[in-house]
Amino acid sequence: MLKYIIRRLLGFVPTLFVIATIVFFLIRLAPGGPFDADRNVSDEVLRNLEAYYRLDAPLHEQYFRYLWDVLHGDLGPSFEKPSRTVSEWIAYRFPVSLELGLYGLAVALVLGLCAGITASLRPNTLTDHGPMTFAMAGICIPNFVLGPLLVLALSIHLGWLPVSGWEYPEDKILPAITLGVPYAAYIARLSRGGMLEVLSQDFIRTARAKGLSEARVVLRHALRGGIQPVVAFLGPATAGLITGSFVVENIFQIPGLGSEFVGAALHRDYTMILGTVLFFAALILLFNLLVDLAQAWLDPRVRYE
Amino acid sequence: MPLLDVHELTTHFHTREGVVRAVNGVSFRVEPGETIGIVGESGSGKTVASLSLLGLIPAPPGRIENGTALFDGVDLLACGPKTLRSIRGRAISMIFQDPMTALNPFMRVGDQLMEPLQVHRGLSRREARTRAEEMLRLVGIQDGARNLSAWPHEFSGGMRQRVMIAMALITRPHLLIADEPTTALDVTIQAQILELLARLQRELGMAVILITHDLGVVARVCRRIYVMYAGQVMESAATEALFAQPRHPYTEALLQSLPSTHVKGEPLHTIPGLPPDLIAPIAGCPFAPRCASATDRCTRGAPTLRELVPGRATACFRVQDGEL
Repeated sequence: MLKYIIRRLLGFVPTLFVIATIVFFLIRLAPGGPFDADRNVSDEVLRNLEAYYRLDAPLHEQYFRYLWDVLHGDLGPSFEKPSRTVSEWIAYRFPVSLELGLYGLAVALVLGLCAGITASLRPNTLTDHGPMTFAMAGICIPNFVLGPLLVLALSIHLGWLPVSGWEYPEDKILPAITLGVPYAAYIARLSRGGMLEVLSQDFIRTARAKGLSEARVVLRHALRGGIQPVVAFLGPATAGLITGSFVVENIFQIPGLGSEFVGAALHRDYTMILGTVLFFAALILLFNLLVDLAQAWLDPRVRYE
Repeated sequence: MPLLDVHELTTHFHTREGVVRAVNGVSFRVEPGETIGIVGESGSGKTVASLSLLGLIPAPPGRIENGTALFDGVDLLACGPKTLRSIRGRAISMIFQDPMTALNPFMRVGDQLMEPLQVHRGLSRREARTRAEEMLRLVGIQDGARNLSAWPHEFSGGMRQRVMIAMALITRPHLLIADEPTTALDVTIQAQILELLARLQRELGMAVILITHDLGVVARVCRRIYVMYAGQVMESAATEALFAQPRHPYTEALLQSLPSTHVKGEPLHTIPGLPPDLIAPIAGCPFAPRCASATDRCTRGAPTLRELVPGRATACFRVQDGEL
């Protein structure tokens, strides 16, 4: 088990290396540079800046130096916001995105699982079509529409919740819902499918033949197998949720990592882009590993493969 | 008084293609402690009939249209889900055809085995565990403690069927419904499982309904046999009587189709044609189109099961009239 985890963790290194390489060259292919937009920069200042950030060196040299730094845990300075290094910016912004992401995840899981499992118990009836219609709507409505709609209804018209901000507990409700609902919709559909699949299995008939209550059949016999598709989805979903959503963070003025990332891309802040991409990639890899471990725990048959 | 008295059980499936008349007015009796066999081809309704008794047919589309099934003074078809749940797994247990899929792959063998005791008897985990170990030993699985914490996929098919049997019998039910319990197993294991069932039946004094398409199996363990075809009982008789002198052309044809009664080198005997489509209404005797002795009358009116001598009934006009 421990050996397996170590082997998987070592496997992260080549993956991250490939991602770093692709992104490093890709962003340099994009037109424009980090300091193009600065006003009144004389050639001399520009040269000094480029020398300071090693942008005057040949590309391959920049690349190897960057990799060398990353291997030493240094993601470099931010071009655009030099008050902090990229690592410091991530450490500064990520907790906000993490908090928002976890709330969103909670919303997604609670809404999604309740809707999906309810729907699966009586397929093709009102209790199936009802939640599934909402799920479909949740998938179809983008969060840049849902967010403002919620603000309009709950904040501006009813005045129940703040329009934006990230300070008080009530600030966090609308962003969490806006972020979580599309994921809830996917989880609802996945859990419905998984539960339907498991509920049609022979061993569910066996469980009923034993005289178990319907609740026990569903919760003890079906749930563990039924949520497998959800667990598989949770890996990339969690990584996506906690690394911040540019849209949601912008709608609600939340100082998270998502807006930082998009801002960096717009400003050609090379080190910032690379740093956040590598951070995001590492999280996805990590959560996929966690998912595999969770699946092995859920399904004993997987453990032997 | 019979332990189970099923009368005119009728189960239909209301599908998009039409109404599938899976079980049409089936009646049978089980005395305490006896083993009866229900024999028929696939699709003859034998499994649906037994699942209907325990309220286990998927509904919708399945619906029990008619009938009574008195068990211990309770009508299983009318008593409601709560009462039925308290009977299932306690007084009536069931084992299924495919032990590879009938056990929950996500639960340890012990947890599944102990469940009926915890639910019906309110036993604690520890008490249930002791009983489960005893039960495993009874079905021939040694080293109970270790096997209780095993997962189903670590067991062979024969072992799993033993676990299924242990799970069904752990509450000492009065009636066991065994639906093709040996069909999915190797021939050598089949004999072992049948012997095990027969031994446990004697030791625990329960009644058994053995559902199978295998005439060899029923001949070995059943006292009485009901032959089903197209959702109806064609003939019922004591086992020896049925094999010695079948009183329905369908039973006769079935017996002739047994490879063991067959002369080596000759082509195997088969019944021409196919079982009827259960969606289309059947006017006469369902077997008439394939029956060598059928007359006009057989396609016009439907025969009902009628007793010839006590304990022996047939649903054939011509036998009832003494023509065959």
